[in-house]
Amino acid sequence: MMAELGKHTFEVLLAYAGSLALLAALVSVSIAQARRGKQRLDEAEARQPAK
Amino acid sequence: MSLWEYANPRKFMTTTDRMVGPAFWLAGICLLAGLIWGFFFTPNDFRQGATVKIIYLHVPSAMMAINAWVMMLVASLIWLVRRHHVSALAAKAAAPIGMTMTLIAIFTGAVWGQPTWGTWWEWDPRLTSFLILLLFYFGYMALWSAVDDPDTAADLTSYLCLVGSIFAILSRYAVNFWNQGLHQGSSVFRAAAVTGTDTEEKVSNVFFLPLLLSMAGFVALFIALVLLRTRSEVRLRRIHALETKERMA
Repeated sequence: MMAELGKHTFEVLLAYAGSLALLAALVSVSIAQARRGKQRLDEAEARQPAK
Repeated sequence: MSLWEYANPRKFMTTTDRMVGPAFWLAGICLLAGLIWGFFFTPNDFRQGATVKIIYLHVPSAMMAINAWVMMLVASLIWLVRRHHVSALAAKAAAPIGMTMTLIAIFTGAVWGQPTWGTWWEWDPRLTSFLILLLFYFGYMALWSAVDDPDTAADLTSYLCLVGSIFAILSRYAVNFWNQGLHQGSSVFRAAAVTGTDTEEKVSNVFFLPLLLSMAGFVALFIALVLLRTRSEVRLRRIHALETKERMA
């Protein structure tokens, strides 16, 4: 299954590839930062003396 | 119940814990459906050819580039007026998302413009105001990184956000203000189309429905990412407080 892109195949595929790559990078970095932050907070809270 | 309850970081974290996952799912479903529908199951335009398929990325990203700044403006105003830390952190969290949306809008616009206008770039009012908006996003993020004290950083970036809002508005209405340049006016949502006084062309339903789905996907993705990133910022702030306490002990 392939869309009929005719003479604009390069432009359309470039737009989709570039945009989806940017979105994927943004989502991946955000998730990685969230996981790292949660792990660091768990470690910092574990170091605190019990009340 | 008051909206201001969510200014409490603990309340914010417990409430949003249940929202991030569904927001990502909704974004994924809408984006996949909208983009697959638009890419594979819509015809080529009789004038633009297959480049019309770029609309499903260009219009939603441009919309979110501006709306992200508007959200940052509201959050910044809440910080300046009521000093709620979560709102300042939400504005900070939204900036990289808005910056990425602006980049996608400029990139897809350039790729669409080359075969359609015969140029990748033109110093057209809307294109130029979007470039300035992108620079404001860079400046906003750089300012957050440059100032050590979080409250001072929140103050300074909030003022920068107020100034940048002029360009966010210009990005949206540049075509109407100057009425010149290559970029066409809105062909998706227009007040005149609603009031029935519209005489200009607007996008056909064949293209509009998948575009609407893609726009919903971009909105949901923005909400999911803002929540996720704001939660990370709240955690970082807590880590900073705990580490400071450890050093003082």
